[in-house]
Amino acid sequence: MREIGDVILDLRGISLSFGGVKALTDISFDVREHEVRAIIGPNGAGKSSMLNVINGVYRPQQGEVILRGDHFKRMDPYRAAKAGIARTFQSLALFKGMSVIDNIMTGRNLKMKANLFQQAVWWGMAAREELAHRAKVEEIIDFLEIQHIRKTPVGRLPYGLQKRVDLGRALAMEPQILLLDEPMAGMNVEEKQDMSRFILDVNDQFGTTIVLIEHDMGVVMDLSDRVVVLDYGRKIGDGSPDEVRTNPEVIKAYLGASH
Amino acid sequence: MIYRENGQFKTSYAADQQIFPIAQDRWAVLAIVAFAFVGIPFLVDEYLFRAILIPFLILALAALGVNLLVGYCGQITLGAGAFMAVGAYAAYNFLIRIDGMPMLAAILLGGFVAAVVGIVFGIPSLRVRGLYLAMATLAAQFFWDWAFLRISWFTNNAPSGSVSVSNLELLGWSIDAPIEKYLFCLGLLALFALLAKNMTRSAMGRQWMAIRDMDVAAEVIGIRPMFAKLSAFAVSSFYLGVAGALWGFVHLGSWEPAAFSIDRSFQLLFMVIIGGMGSIMGSFFGAAFIVVLPIFLNQFLPWLGGLVGLHISTAGVSHAEFMIFGALIVFFLIVEPHGIARLWSTGKEKLRLWPFPH
Repeated sequence: MREIGDVILDLRGISLSFGGVKALTDISFDVREHEVRAIIGPNGAGKSSMLNVINGVYRPQQGEVILRGDHFKRMDPYRAAKAGIARTFQSLALFKGMSVIDNIMTGRNLKMKANLFQQAVWWGMAAREELAHRAKVEEIIDFLEIQHIRKTPVGRLPYGLQKRVDLGRALAMEPQILLLDEPMAGMNVEEKQDMSRFILDVNDQFGTTIVLIEHDMGVVMDLSDRVVVLDYGRKIGDGSPDEVRTNPEVIKAYLGASH
Repeated sequence: MIYRENGQFKTSYAADQQIFPIAQDRWAVLAIVAFAFVGIPFLVDEYLFRAILIPFLILALAALGVNLLVGYCGQITLGAGAFMAVGAYAAYNFLIRIDGMPMLAAILLGGFVAAVVGIVFGIPSLRVRGLYLAMATLAAQFFWDWAFLRISWFTNNAPSGSVSVSNLELLGWSIDAPIEKYLFCLGLLALFALLAKNMTRSAMGRQWMAIRDMDVAAEVIGIRPMFAKLSAFAVSSFYLGVAGALWGFVHLGSWEPAAFSIDRSFQLLFMVIIGGMGSIMGSFFGAAFIVVLPIFLNQFLPWLGGLVGLHISTAGVSHAEFMIFGALIVFFLIVEPHGIARLWSTGKEKLRLWPFPH
């Protein structure tokens, strides 16, 4: 059974703005090893921006990201990927022209070392790597129960399965921290159950730390160990699901306040 | 009924990762390649070699290069002709300025020079894409057109501006007759097509396609856009450079910059669009379509006119050729935007089930 460890990812005083629009204002929270950490908040609260800051797609004007004791003033996606941060996307961001296998194989690109010439002649290291990583990819395909579609171009798959392939591509990186941006948006009840099971299994079997954005409160309250609540780019709540649920500021943000 | 993979069970990932996992495909392609090497030389006359087969082979190689960049990496280019020119002139200069330089080495070195130039002109792709990138590569076209016309060092101070290469020789084998030229080009094309296929089915190709399909997601899983895009420019330009050197050395013999004008760039881009973006096979289809169709129309139209008692003048034929050609391109793009290669693979899918409906 997993045991929640020390702080692995610490965000301190993050402020991000686009021109005059403030997306995030002075946000600090931490993520502990092996936990499931949820970020919730109404639409436009800055949740996705937060994930984009963590893996370096956006550069915050202020604040720093501390990953396992290393301070990053400017994270970039390549360094984040190298450091073991993977993510899935809210709007599907799969490689549409490629098959399911190739999509997931692409997730292993950082682990493949053969150079272009070896790949071109398909000899020695390149050929060995293709086989070894294919075996790994097949493990992920088994884990996510998508064997039957492994050769289908992802553009042809239904939405729920595409979400699963997206998760598979992130898992192929064997990440230590997995950022999930609304993994269950637009799914029906069964698909949500499947996805919840996969998330819990990933957390449980591989010990992957998970940062999760989700709108379905039932799912969030069931899956997560701790929840941080954002509203208009500010942090208004942080704590266990029960604490957050009873926090008056959170209730106000979600239900509106009577004036 | 014949084309079916029933009973062909894969027991290893290696077997599943073959270029042609279906045995019938494997045999068919082997047969075609063998026929191209052994059969065609006995069947074809000199005119066909010169007018159709050699241009087809060289332009297929160039289309392959364009397809790696445009079809696989999604970076549109209108400078293909310029990279061919760089390859041709670089190879020429290696050949005449260095004593005892073997012809094949000069051609490959020309490819490498084109690759370096390709990287330089690929740098704008890091900031701009789509039509804006097309404009940036167009600059390459105009720049090199100008450079080879005006800077006489490149042409070894040839007074007419036209350069020529003779006495092609490969390891003591002199390449004079059309049949020898054909075999030489075919050998290079087969080799480079295989290398291209291998690149596109391994990690590099997946990085290119990832950048093409969704660049933000590609970055997040650790692909560096700069490396992926510039490597695509380098490999593509290498192919174009080799094709350009072959075009000059083998097909034309003597040439001037107009041989690699903007028309050539458009022609290559059309080949890739019509043949099929992101498909090695598509490059061949596209090259065949663009090289063969005009010649076919040229022969066929007067005959058709004669059939209904109509005499079509030479000028009329060439006008009609353009019109029909344009109409066919438009037709193809509407009916199958993914090109002939997609038609081909749809056909094969259907054939696997035929004659049963499911």
